[in-house]
Amino acid sequence: MAKRKIAPSLAGGGDAAPEPEMVQLLTPEGDRVDHPEYTVDFTDEQYRDLYQDLVVVRRLDAESTALQRQGELGIWASLLGQEAAQVGSGRALRPQDMAFPTYREHGVLYCRGIDPIMPLSLFRGVDQGGWDPNEFKFNMYTIVIGAQTLHATGYAMGVTMDGKVGTDDGEAVIAYFGDGATSQGDVNEAFIWSSVFNAPMVFFCQNNQYAISEPLERQTRVPLYQRAAGFGFPGIRVDGNDVLATYAVTRSALDHARHGQGPTLIEAYTYRMGAHTTSDDPTRYRIASEVDAWQAKDPIKRLRAFLTKQKIADDTFFDEVDEKARLDAVDLRERVLSMPDPKPTEFFDHVYPNGSPLVDEQRETFSRYLETFAGEAH
Amino acid sequence: MAATETLTIGKALNNGLRRAMEDDAKVVLLGEDIGKLGGVFRITDGLQKDFGEQRVIDTPLAEAGIVGTAVGLAIRGYRPICEIQFDGFVYPAYDQIVCQVAKMHYRSQGKVKIPMVIRIPFGGGIGAVEHHSESPEAYFAHTAGLKVVACSNPNDAYWMIQEAIASDDPIVFFEPKRRYWEKGEVDTSASRAPLHSAQVLRAGTDATIVAYGPMVRTSLDAAIAAEEDGRSLEVIDLRSLSPLDMAPVYESVRKTGRLVVVHEAPSNIGLCADNAAPVTEKCFYSLEAPVLRVTGFDTPYPASRVEEEFLPDLDRVLDAVDRSFGF
Repeated sequence: MAKRKIAPSLAGGGDAAPEPEMVQLLTPEGDRVDHPEYTVDFTDEQYRDLYQDLVVVRRLDAESTALQRQGELGIWASLLGQEAAQVGSGRALRPQDMAFPTYREHGVLYCRGIDPIMPLSLFRGVDQGGWDPNEFKFNMYTIVIGAQTLHATGYAMGVTMDGKVGTDDGEAVIAYFGDGATSQGDVNEAFIWSSVFNAPMVFFCQNNQYAISEPLERQTRVPLYQRAAGFGFPGIRVDGNDVLATYAVTRSALDHARHGQGPTLIEAYTYRMGAHTTSDDPTRYRIASEVDAWQAKDPIKRLRAFLTKQKIADDTFFDEVDEKARLDAVDLRERVLSMPDPKPTEFFDHVYPNGSPLVDEQRETFSRYLETFAGEAH
Repeated sequence: MAATETLTIGKALNNGLRRAMEDDAKVVLLGEDIGKLGGVFRITDGLQKDFGEQRVIDTPLAEAGIVGTAVGLAIRGYRPICEIQFDGFVYPAYDQIVCQVAKMHYRSQGKVKIPMVIRIPFGGGIGAVEHHSESPEAYFAHTAGLKVVACSNPNDAYWMIQEAIASDDPIVFFEPKRRYWEKGEVDTSASRAPLHSAQVLRAGTDATIVAYGPMVRTSLDAAIAAEEDGRSLEVIDLRSLSPLDMAPVYESVRKTGRLVVVHEAPSNIGLCADNAAPVTEKCFYSLEAPVLRVTGFDTPYPASRVEEEFLPDLDRVLDAVDRSFGF
């Protein structure tokens, strides 16, 4: 196996800025490199599973983008380019761990073993994306930027209060957010609280270089992972397009947390290959050569190259994975199309656990009003 | 068997919190200076000593953090009670309250409950500097998903705080800070009324006064003074600001034909307006005069040397009653 030193690579060429120092176990060319602190010890089957995760997650994401373009989803927040950051960290979670996502963590959701249809009702506009966080160990998507980092921190404080830290089967909590969110007060407060209460937290920042149109330079003048030092806990940057390194670093931080060693900030250095959402037009604020440079660091290509070079997988396997991904996408599409719209008066439901006479009265009045149209064509 | 004690509102809240913590080990308190200090108004006095630092948590000085982490604790199965030190300091937490606390149950289609109580000392009259005398209740009453209550006397303080904690609804709990030291009888054997009910505190026949929080005492004093003038005022304490319990108000107005609504908050888009509109709709043919409002003014809360002019008082309530009879 080709081995390289840890020195920052200058992969990609073109307009790519020199890559910053970060943990990398798999180069963009698909070569395995060593790191003094982090490693993975996967079986061949586990390597192949990771590859399948990446491909399926990307295919489902592409299908969702297509569904939006065809008018079947109101909006879609694509994870294109960030598959390794999500699959690596998602697979690093142990069953007892709890995740607090943004609205883009479809890959983490998939790795939690959750049916990928679950968030689609939110994007189709059928509901607000309501599931039970405790059932799936995966909180509801949170749209307000950074708000979930405080929820995660409070949940993690509860883990400590429940005495569920300090052992191998302790619980850890991971909060996902982006580079833009690091400017939010909530995120900085979550850092402070996690630090002073020594909460079993992993802050997983996917630095995809853009907050809609605003580049990283508008959020920070220091590398994001270095901010952790000011809050009193470790920060580390990992190649977010390297699924192996992301897995290793996240698994280590989660274990650190579950053993009562407190929070870690992980900056997964990656790139949003697509638009912020389907409503966005990235050609207005970034140049094609930058995108091309990141294309060369594609997370799937590099794992495929590695699997090929190491003879862990062959074209037959890759074709099988593509076919599985295609079938999963077909299934997802069919189920999205068959989602029933809610009844008009359903928006009165679940405002309060104990109900409200005001809402009840409005539901009743509005229902009677709707009945006056009974029999009319709409 | 009725067991009564004479307590201040502050002590009644303290006793109510203590009893709720004894009843349910999942009840935890979060706030600034609520531990050793017992809160700047001493409402949590002695609770950290008796229940420990894990259940009475002195937090970093960040209100969004208090409420945001309380959301996470609620998801984890706790019943968090947040203390906001003063009314004017709640705004950093406003996003968490409105976008998260209020909406999680709705967003989850009933699968997530946030049984949180957010305690806020509110109102003026204590000679304080800016941000320490505000009445922000309308911001929260306007938000679907939140319930909002205000206590006005020790008995309600004792029971309403326990009922709010026991409720699975997220509740913003307003405490009339200038009345914290006023004493009254507390019946510790049983609650007298459901949490979200308005209560007639003084029966009368000539006009109805509706108030809540600190203005209830003012309104009761006005009723005593009016009696000397030969006018019988009925005083209703709303107690619940969202949802409003309007049935007792309708019943009263149908009897008296006159309604004066009183609060410290500015009048514009306030609770007074939301009393006037439905009363006009439901009691139109009973009204002898328009519904009148007695409120703070639509200015920022003023400097304390003139706050007594800003705040509604007995005379302004009686003046409104006079105007009602002038129609």
